[in-house]
Order: sequence, then C-alpha cells, then structure tokens
Amino acid sequence: MKEPFIRVENLSYSYGDGGNEKPKHPAVSGISLEIGEGEYLAVIGRNGSGKSTFAKLLNLILDPTDGKIYISGKDVTSPDMTDEDVYAVRRDIGMVFQNPDNQLVATVVEDDVAFGPENLGLPREELRKRVDDALAAVGMTEFAGYEPHRLSGGQKQRVAIAGIIAMLPRCIIFDESTAMLDPIGRRDTVEMMEKLNREKGITVITITHYMDEAVRADRVIVMDNGRVLADGTPKQVYSDRELILSAGLELPQCATLVDRLRTAGVNIPDGDSTTPEKCAELIASALKGGELS
Amino acid sequence: MKNISIGQYYAADSPIHRLDARTKLILAILCIVCTFICKSTFAFVALMIFGVLLVLISRIPPKVIFRAMKPIVFIMLFTALINIFWTGGEILLFEWKFIKVYAEGLYNAAFMTVRIIVLIIGSSIFLTYTTTPIALTDGTERLLSPLKKIKVPVHEFAMMMSIALRFVPTLIDEADRIMSAQKARGTDFSSGGLIKRAKALIPIIIPLFVSAFRRADELATAMECRCYHGGEGRTKLHVTHLGFSDFFALILMIAFGAALVLINIYASKYGLGYVMP
Repeated sequence: MKEPFIRVENLSYSYGDGGNEKPKHPAVSGISLEIGEGEYLAVIGRNGSGKSTFAKLLNLILDPTDGKIYISGKDVTSPDMTDEDVYAVRRDIGMVFQNPDNQLVATVVEDDVAFGPENLGLPREELRKRVDDALAAVGMTEFAGYEPHRLSGGQKQRVAIAGIIAMLPRCIIFDESTAMLDPIGRRDTVEMMEKLNREKGITVITITHYMDEAVRADRVIVMDNGRVLADGTPKQVYSDRELILSAGLELPQCATLVDRLRTAGVNIPDGDSTTPEKCAELIASALKGGELS
Repeated sequence: MKNISIGQYYAADSPIHRLDARTKLILAILCIVCTFICKSTFAFVALMIFGVLLVLISRIPPKVIFRAMKPIVFIMLFTALINIFWTGGEILLFEWKFIKVYAEGLYNAAFMTVRIIVLIIGSSIFLTYTTTPIALTDGTERLLSPLKKIKVPVHEFAMMMSIALRFVPTLIDEADRIMSAQKARGTDFSSGGLIKRAKALIPIIIPLFVSAFRRADELATAMECRCYHGGEGRTKLHVTHLGFSDFFALILMIAFGAALVLINIYASKYGLGYVMP
C-alpha cells in the first residue's frame, strides 16, 4: 500500500505549565488520520478546540507529547531527527498565520518573499527566480519594491503566501489566515488557496471558523476538545446538524436556510445544501415540485 | 500615519547615493578623522570646500542640511564662546575688566565651528541622508562580518535592527489606535502638568508593550516555520558589490586626508596662517 502524504497516529499534545508534573488538559488528544497529497482539507472547531495546536504539530513547531507523525512514510517525531530533517519538513509544510503583520520579516516585499529561500541557502539566481515566480503566482509582482506597511491586509497576506510558495512546499497550512481580513481580502485569500490546490497540486489545510470557507474544501474535519468529531466531505459533515451544533459551530448560511424552510413546513428534497449554488438548486426543485403537486 | 519615512533618508539619485553602504560607513569614519587632522587655516579652508562639495554632489537641498544642524546650534555657539574667551595667546584684541579676547581665540572658535559643521555634514550625508536604514544595517553586518570568527553575533544584531525597522510603522499605527481607544474611554492626554501628562501615557505604553511581545512571539514562530536558523548557511537575494566608484571614493577620501596632513606640516614649517597648537 502506498504511504499517504501525512499520517498521524494517536497524536497528543498538552501545553506544559512550568514544572508541574500533572499534565494539564490536553490541547490535542489521540488524533489519528491520514492526509493525501493534493487534498484540500478544512479543519473547523471552536476556539480552544485544538485545531491550531494540531497545525503547529504538523510542521514540528511543537513537539507532540505522545503519538507519531509520518510524512511520506518517514517518522518525523523520532528522536533521531537532525536539524536538517526538521528544516526539510518545514520547507515541505509551509504555514500562513492569522495576522499578516506578524509574519512579514523584511522591510521590502521582495526581500520578505526571499526570506524563506534565503534560509535554505539557495544560490542567488535561484532566489531571484523563486521570488519572481512566487510574486507572480499571488499577483503581487508590481508591489515587489513596496514596504509592507503600505499594503492592505489582503495584500500583506498574499505576500505572506508568496513567502511560503517561494519555498516550493508540498503542503500549505492556513492557520485562520482569513480571520483578520476584510471581506475582499478574505475572498482573495480563499481563492488563492483553491488556485494553489488545483493548479499547483499543493495540499491545502485550512483552519477556520468560517463555515462558508470550510464548505469549499474537499474534506472537512470537525474538532472539539482536542479530538476529531467528524471527518468527511462537507456534505456528509454538515448533514449531521446535531454534531455541528454540539461542537459549538454554526451551519453554513445556506444549510441554515434550508433547515429553517424545512422546519417551516416547506418540502425540500434531501441533498447537499452547503454551497449557494446547490442550495438554490434544491429550493428551485422544491418550488417546481410544489407547482406540480 | 501612512508613508512615514524612517530615519532621514532623502531619496535622490546622486553618486553618493549609489555608493555601497559599506563604503559610506568607511567614508564617514574617514571624514571624521579628516576633521580632526585639520590644524591650520588652509586646512580648514580645504575642509570647508570639502563640506560644500559634499552637499553639492549629494544633491540634497541645503535647506534639509540646515534643518539637521538646528539641534546643535547651541552646542556650536557654546564651543565657540568658550574658545573665544578662554583661549590665551599673544595678540590681545579686546579687553574689558576680566574679559580678554585674543586673536588665537577667534581662530580657534572659527575652526571648532567649521569642524563641527563638517562633522555633521559628513556623517549625515554619508550615513543617514543617502543610505536607507536597511542598507546601513546590511552594510554594517557585512563590514563587521569578520568579527563572527570571534563569536560576535553580528548577524543577530543586524537581524534585530532590520526587524525593529520593519516594525516601527506597525507599532506607530498601533500606538495611534490605542491612543484613540483610550481617548474614547476618557483619558486626557493634553492637559495638566508634566507629571500628569507622563502618567497619562501609561495606559498607552502598557498595551503597546503587551502587543509588541505578542507580535514578537508570533513573528518568531513564523520565522521558524520559514526555516530560519540564524545566519549560518544563509544566502541573500540582494548582494551589492564594491565597484570602481567605491574604490575611487575611498582613494579620494584618503588622498584628501593626506593632503590635509601635508598642508598642516607645510603651514607650521613656514608659518602660513594660524596653526592650532
């Protein structure tokens, strides 16, 4: 059997509390799952559900207290990982954070995009090429010479994404990368995720609490209390209304609409109601059905 | 608060702007040395001409330079006065009660003033006006890189400097926002005495610090995610090379210094003009 891109086994993590032997309530407890190459995965859950901790475990920013992570079959949690091995994992699994201001290092856009590749020690011609390619990929070529503080939030986030793309990762984790953006910036960023996933085949893991973003993914994982509550396609996950609500989440707006119509007595056929298009189809077919009967 | 410029960089295209930051750092040091070499009238005349030429070549409006000198006018006057009244000598020009002014004192006062002016012109033109802070940081890092061998954390200091520069506008924005938030809560920043006003700043400074620490923490994580592991094995996108003009500028500067020394020797040998003791 072919090894999946990322395989997580019984992964647990507790934040230490400084010398106290008794472990605190674990942030992540006993997660086991597989993520395939080229997947578009959304991880949802309320604040403190452990989703961000899970992401930080994946690229070895945090060391798991228990459990294993395999990347392409290689155990990256084993104690004999060298520093070089750790850098290789971080290069493969890039991460974009919430606040664009706090992840830009350099005073000029193109220098910031070059930061990651510079750390990899690439030769200068290669650096130039990667920076240009990455800026072109996020449509920020014309801003190469700008200072970050002259850009909008969405533009800064695109620069941050370019900084990750320039390392040619196989996977990018977006850790609530849309949470601080205005609607336009958020739309831009989500479109960028989809584009990277479809066109470059990069595995995208987006951690979010916007349901409307999660439904655009191929697969949704619901987390609560450090555990995986549900794992499946958006349709499967959102059809279990009770589970979503018990995880402290809301259904996507369209699903809520269909739900309320049903409660009000409108006869809407079963089906996927997670995106506006599919929801509109369902309601349209319900209207037609109503006319016919 | 947009488009605030950090430092006093004056964007223009001049031969001095185009020099490598490393060259300019060395030139600034040489320039300071030159001002102290001067001891005779002719040397000071040469120094003055040098200062004027520097301003002209750098294409920085004299107005901007004068503005930089405003804060030190007091120091210049003070030095000049001390030199006028406290220098003893042979040629007495003026005497009133216990105040005696000698010609030597006037000379010394003029020399010191010229010295301070050229000192300011030289260091500000070579460093702050024609070099961006970030280029200056890079230049310092590369100039001092031999010190890495004796374990001086040159790269780390340069990285700290450049991150500080990167976050100046961000933190200014933040301070603005916090100030508005505190004003909305009724904090009065503009009335009361000095102590009261200083106290009113506490509700700004504390949130600013808290947020700066949080930013620092997030930035560190983001840098780690991007494989940052210190300066070792790191390459750079922009590497400037020392060109012909850099060497030319250095040679000119050294030649100027040598000329000043010769002028001093010549002047004291043949008694041309006034020579400082």
